[in-house]
Amino acid sequence: MIFSEKHDLIRKLARDFAETELTNDILDEIEATATYPTELLAKMGKAGFFGVKTPKEYGGQGSDYLSYVIILEELGRVSAVTDIWVSAPNSLGGGPLMLAGTEEQLKKYLPPIATGEKIMAFALTEPGAGSDAGGTTTTAIRDGEYWVLNGRKTFITTAPVADWAIVYAKTDLTQKGSRGISAFIVDMKLPGVSCGKAEHKMGIIGCPTSDIILEDVRVHESDILGEENRGFQNAMKTLDIGRIGVAAMSIGVAQGALDEAIKYAKERRQFGQRIADFQAISFMIADMATKLQAAKELVYRAAQLKEMNSPEAGTAASMAKYYATEICNEIAGKAVQIHGGYGYIKEYKVERIYRDCRVFTIFEGTSQVQQMVISGALLKK
Amino acid sequence: MSVKILNDKCKGCTKCVKECPFEAITMQEKIAVIGPKCTNCGKCVDVCPFKAIENVAEEKKGAVDVTLYHDVWVFAEQRDGKLMNVSIELMGEGKKLAGEIGCKLCAILCGEKVDTLVDELYEYGADKVYYADAPELKTYNTDSYTKVIYEAILKYKPEIVLLGATHIGRDLGPCLAVQCGTGLTADCTQLDIDPEDKKLMQTRPAFGGNLMATILCPSHRPQMSTVRPGVMEKPERKSGAKGELIKLTPVYKEGDIRQKVLEIVKGLTEQVSLTDAKIIVSGGAGLGGPDGFKVIKQLADRLGGVVGSSRAAVDAGWIDHSHQVGQTGTTVKPTIYFACGISGAIQHLAGMQNSGYIVAINKNENAPIFEVADYGIVGDLYKVIPALLEVLG
Amino acid sequence: MKIIVCAKQVPDTNEVKIDPVKGTLIRDGVPSILNPDDANALEAALQLKDKDSKISVSILSMGPPQAAYMLRECLAMGADDAYLLSSRTFGGADTCATSTTLAAGIRGIGAYDIIFAGRQAIDGDTAQVGPQTAQRLGIPSVTYVQKIREIKKKSVVVERQLEDGYEVIEVEMPCLLTAVKELNTPRYMSVERIENAYKAEIKIWNENDINLKAEDCGLKASPTQVFRSFTPPPKGKGEMLSGSIGEMAAALVGKLREKHVI
Repeated sequence: MIFSEKHDLIRKLARDFAETELTNDILDEIEATATYPTELLAKMGKAGFFGVKTPKEYGGQGSDYLSYVIILEELGRVSAVTDIWVSAPNSLGGGPLMLAGTEEQLKKYLPPIATGEKIMAFALTEPGAGSDAGGTTTTAIRDGEYWVLNGRKTFITTAPVADWAIVYAKTDLTQKGSRGISAFIVDMKLPGVSCGKAEHKMGIIGCPTSDIILEDVRVHESDILGEENRGFQNAMKTLDIGRIGVAAMSIGVAQGALDEAIKYAKERRQFGQRIADFQAISFMIADMATKLQAAKELVYRAAQLKEMNSPEAGTAASMAKYYATEICNEIAGKAVQIHGGYGYIKEYKVERIYRDCRVFTIFEGTSQVQQMVISGALLKK
Repeated sequence: MSVKILNDKCKGCTKCVKECPFEAITMQEKIAVIGPKCTNCGKCVDVCPFKAIENVAEEKKGAVDVTLYHDVWVFAEQRDGKLMNVSIELMGEGKKLAGEIGCKLCAILCGEKVDTLVDELYEYGADKVYYADAPELKTYNTDSYTKVIYEAILKYKPEIVLLGATHIGRDLGPCLAVQCGTGLTADCTQLDIDPEDKKLMQTRPAFGGNLMATILCPSHRPQMSTVRPGVMEKPERKSGAKGELIKLTPVYKEGDIRQKVLEIVKGLTEQVSLTDAKIIVSGGAGLGGPDGFKVIKQLADRLGGVVGSSRAAVDAGWIDHSHQVGQTGTTVKPTIYFACGISGAIQHLAGMQNSGYIVAINKNENAPIFEVADYGIVGDLYKVIPALLEVLG
Repeated sequence: MKIIVCAKQVPDTNEVKIDPVKGTLIRDGVPSILNPDDANALEAALQLKDKDSKISVSILSMGPPQAAYMLRECLAMGADDAYLLSSRTFGGADTCATSTTLAAGIRGIGAYDIIFAGRQAIDGDTAQVGPQTAQRLGIPSVTYVQKIREIKKKSVVVERQLEDGYEVIEVEMPCLLTAVKELNTPRYMSVERIENAYKAEIKIWNENDINLKAEDCGLKASPTQVFRSFTPPPKGKGEMLSGSIGEMAAALVGKLREKHVI
């Protein structure tokens, strides 16, 4: 794809930021302490990374999905966990609000999220409701002006540090499956809200994930998000944006893996020559680069279709997510392989990349769910 | 001067297109065309196999009668009553140029009560010293120095004026050049006189040192250059040598001097980072212990460089990780990289092999570091480094 | 208060490589960037603007039409408006002619209090255009500014970097200051300002727009000319020094001095 000058400049911004701020020392520190520096988050907020698509009147940057993709791509090239922090407010945090929020809700919640002052988590998944969000058992029962929420949400990104969460709960127990679900904006400081312990994850260390437990949490009716009993549709549309986001991370992280593999293949000597001069290695690199380019085109196309509000946008997002996350894992695996024993050592970047990207084919809809979405769209007619 | 394509001779071979350092030549209908990026460097004239490109003289705005200008002047930069080394170096170079032209070498000295320097300048070869002694000239000031030297140039008409490319010379030079309506070539590393027309050929690095350019100032006078310190040879000092003193008496009116130096603070130069360093002295496992870095630091300090290390020395806890050069440390590109007691593992080489010059000092003559080194010394670094310090003085 | 910042688009000389076989420059894929010192100059202006929103910052460059990209980057960092002096007539200018053109552009923009420029551009490394522009405008200049201490009513107090320390200088306004990289850390653009930068108009002026005659511009007004340019000779194969320790040390120092690297 040929980018406009404006998007080139967005890329320059994100690349300069990644290369200057996300130094090896800082990334090692994040990995060792499992804590992301708040100063870095503040700098990203200033650069506008948390509200890329958010309209200016709500404190956002008023840019487009392609800019969002480019930013995730360039930051992810250096640090996958940074992408998690950037995608959260843009997609899962801000997305449902922008889709269904009332003017009051937008004014109250969007600006602090878009600037990074406050963190909004997205709480859909439950211990018994993963890919099948229809199995939601968290309930919200009306009591006067309030809704009373009970249940448990699991694997919620940023939950331990969130100020608010968008929680999906069953409001009409008579309706089956994904029907009868509503979305609520829950203040994490409300009585009855608590978090489980932060999970020990394989990768993307430095962005905490935990359960959210809701025990008789009273949420005012003004904080119901969108129409009652229509919350699931809202969640699904948010996931479109989320899928483009994960796809964008994947092409960034894969580019980082490819960069490292190429660099190492040119430096490492065995049998008296650079390993890059062995066809077994050079063809592997050719494969990696070609698949990566194909994935990039899918992701850019998905972003543009989403921008145009095309009816194909959902399928395109699923295709992009499915392919980009899968080849990202493949490329990371090959990058480790090219590094040989060194690739298994934490001192080399590919070790972290390999662990970080593993979750990409799982969260925000597994590869298999994407296959269901893609095939469903093709076969339903 | 500009370059011109002779359309009837151009065969469209595209050699000039490929060789042009500025990508200024394109092919249009199989004939080379020179575009706006051209700097008239003349590379295409040299490479054209068909003599289809030629230099064309062009009328220059502000050209002067160059025969009215004589002598080589050196700006004798003093700080705290002491001549800067580069000014002494320029006396040597200026003498050489004056000899080739067949003219006198003069120094121009500004300060307050620095009379002793006049004799010193004679001893370094000055035939004449122009000396401005005024309180306004005690320390360097852009306006006061520019005014007195400009007036002297106007009156005495030197054909060449050389300044050291110090922070002061590079401030004064541009101001003088504009006042005199002449050109100035910055940070020269080589000066020659064209044996035919006696013009000054000023050679300097450009493009971050990737390209050298020789610059002429054909029809304006004086020909002015700032010259990089440490490049030219210092002349021998001939004690008791004498020359002619010409006193300059500048008059400063209200409003002539618009900058005021409130204070001069010495020292406090911050240590540069590995990435920015021009010279890096690195130590590795061969140091044998943390004290080895004291020797490394001595050499680094003497050369104005910074200390680096290999991963082995960091892992051993001898030095902080921030000094580590290599794949998992910092990638560096200094002008000179000294690898002392570093065997040269591929991971280390990856971080420093693009250095300008690599000097390897190692006891093991089979150490891989010698394969990338420009200069190798097989020996004990604890003996070699002190020897280097002694030679450097 | 009005500030004008002079900036140049330059090839990123760190990316320039030498073809090891032919000894020529490889320029393919070398990106054009905002000259690093000029980014410090712009940052200095923007920091003053941060403290006083009444300050306006204009950015001025001379260069080919493509330099507009660099000016948009400056707008995306926070400059208020941008001007590009662009004409074939300006081509082939040395520092002398460049300063004439820039000074005319500055007069075209109008009244100002401070002009900031980078100390030097990485493609030419002359450090001349800043002070020469000040001379043409008849205003005082301070080069190598590493710190701005105070803006007074009619003057500015700055620190001027020396090789072995610094000077504190008070200079009358209007003045021109050239920035070194120690002055500050340039800020990032922001997504929003990039969006705005692409909605802004960049004024493009030729010699007529700034009241210059063609003979005062470019090659015709340049006293210096490049006689020839060449790539420095390759450094050749590595060499093992021999002899006693003292002899090797002397040989090494001699060779490095010969190359003018120490």
